[in-house]
Amino acid sequence: MTQYLDFEKPLAEIEGKAEELRALGRANAEMDVESEAKALDAKAVQLLNDLYKDLTPWRKCQVARHPERPHCQDYIAALFTEFTPLAGDRNFADDHAVMGGLARFEDQPVMVIGHEKGNDTKSRIDRNFGMARPEGYRKAIRLMEMAGKFGLPVITLVDTPGAYPGKGAEERGQSEAIARSTEKCLQIGVPLVSVIVGEGGSGGAVAFATANRVAMLEHSVYSVITPEGCASILWKDSEKMREAAEAMRMTADELKALGVIDRIIPEPRGGAHRDKAATIAAVGKSISAMLKELAKKDGGTLVNDRRQKFLNMGAKGLAA
Amino acid sequence: MNWITNYVRPRINSIFSRRETPENLWQKCDECGTMLFHRELTDNLKVCTNCGHHMAISPRDRLTALFDGGIFSELKVPEPVTDPLNFRDQKRYPDRMKAAQKSTGEKEAMLVGLGEIGRTPIVAAAQDFSFMGGSMGMYVGNAIIAAAQEAVKLHRPLILFSAAGGARMQEGILSLMQMPRTTVAVQMLKEANLPYIVVLTHPTTGGVTASYAMLGDVHIAEPNALICFAGPRVIEQTIREKLPDGFQRAEYLLDHGMLDRVTPRTELRDELITITRMLLNQPPAVRGDLPPPAEVPPAPAPETPAPEQAEAEAAPPVAKK
Ligand SMILES: [Zn+2]
Repeated sequence: MTQYLDFEKPLAEIEGKAEELRALGRANAEMDVESEAKALDAKAVQLLNDLYKDLTPWRKCQVARHPERPHCQDYIAALFTEFTPLAGDRNFADDHAVMGGLARFEDQPVMVIGHEKGNDTKSRIDRNFGMARPEGYRKAIRLMEMAGKFGLPVITLVDTPGAYPGKGAEERGQSEAIARSTEKCLQIGVPLVSVIVGEGGSGGAVAFATANRVAMLEHSVYSVITPEGCASILWKDSEKMREAAEAMRMTADELKALGVIDRIIPEPRGGAHRDKAATIAAVGKSISAMLKELAKKDGGTLVNDRRQKFLNMGAKGLAA
Repeated sequence: MNWITNYVRPRINSIFSRRETPENLWQKCDECGTMLFHRELTDNLKVCTNCGHHMAISPRDRLTALFDGGIFSELKVPEPVTDPLNFRDQKRYPDRMKAAQKSTGEKEAMLVGLGEIGRTPIVAAAQDFSFMGGSMGMYVGNAIIAAAQEAVKLHRPLILFSAAGGARMQEGILSLMQMPRTTVAVQMLKEANLPYIVVLTHPTTGGVTASYAMLGDVHIAEPNALICFAGPRVIEQTIREKLPDGFQRAEYLLDHGMLDRVTPRTELRDELITITRMLLNQPPAVRGDLPPPAEVPPAPAPETPAPEQAEAEAAPPVAKK
């Protein structure tokens, strides 16, 4: 049973009707409902196409947060073999909002790290809704360092509303942990590729996405603050999130135009959650292509390219 | 009646009445309420002479107070594209910029100066909270990169005074990209083995704290400065409990291991000279302005004497409102 977003209400009605009709048909063998149901299906497909053809930034934001959107663990399960999770920051705790470990991608050993939001109430609480604490970033730093030492490419999957705004997180140095994670991204002499698979929320995202190549799913978002946060600060009204989402330039197309990301991975009709397998496969293809682009570069070149890329970023603005 | 009384006098009066009204001559300390004479306050680097509260000081005043004889040259910062996103909230971004430029008299939220402190050549950068909350956009990023590059080129330490409410939201994602950009700048300094000292001033928050402000060799904060990633209000809303007194203030961070020192502004210059010279393996500073030798404690002197302190204590009590 799909969970519908606000703007998908008309779709919910049509798909619901088709389902009811088919249920009726199953109960009464003599009724022929199939042709009518098929007509409704076609109507639903048409509507879905129309809705997703030109999603507004705010709607993309909702799609990016869809609870059924494939998450880090779905990608790891489908695209990697021999995944061996590695836990802990060797200092305080193991942060379940960040998962990571050794794995093989197309047989090559790699380090994979990502935010995990969880998929039901229990796991969402355990994962802290994908909002990492300092321990999460420090675990990532440790894993990136290990990857650098053993020459393993690093793949990061970004999906976080942002770093956790909590008392303990602040006391244990949330800022420092994020800063060091970004710094580590810039230091390692191995290929570092990143895919923003859902929400790329502020510093919590940058700490993983300071990469040689950054890809983004078509309806993912990546921004300095949530649209609600931006609206409440600049408009003094958190209900102005549509305007804020528009003004901030947080969609894949806009970020590609600005040179902040390198590639856009198309999503199936109706968003990633409507066809998880196809989405995951497309992400896999993109990771593979990005790693190939970097395969021949030595460590020094990878570090230099990465730094240069960020130094040059934003030089032309949107008019580029 | 001569021309002086007819012409000059009214003019002088008008100048006086415009500039030297009590509102301008006196400033009220927002902490203890004491009325402070502006001259005295300026001499004390905008630190309340009654309660020690640190008020905001402009980057220009700060660099003037920092460098020997108040002399420094300003480093030219590469200009970014104006309004890169064509951003508009309730106002257009270029209009907000113009208003900030008018009220501060500065071009942007960071000032970079080259000069000497205690005869040691350094590069210093100071962020301006009064310019759109000191927010970090392309210009601030460019300023830090330029400061680091200049420091590497001239083989000088970089001392950075941070102050920011966070991101320049009008530059959206490009504001966020200043986190990796400024981190590259810090790496340039580290690879050149040059000291990078951060002085965290009130307030230093958000992406600024989570990038260059927390990557220094030495972290010094001014007393009671708010230093955080997420602000106290956001945290209270999230965890729905009251935060302890002094949470996220400089002294609290010092207790939690995030800072090396908390140092009053009036002692900062001497401390920076001492630390910088040791990191550069230079002999102790010869303090030409110090009182005659008899008053200096016999060697070895472990602490740096702070001549400003004596003056501050000698200052007469100020009138209360
Ligand atoms: Zn006071």
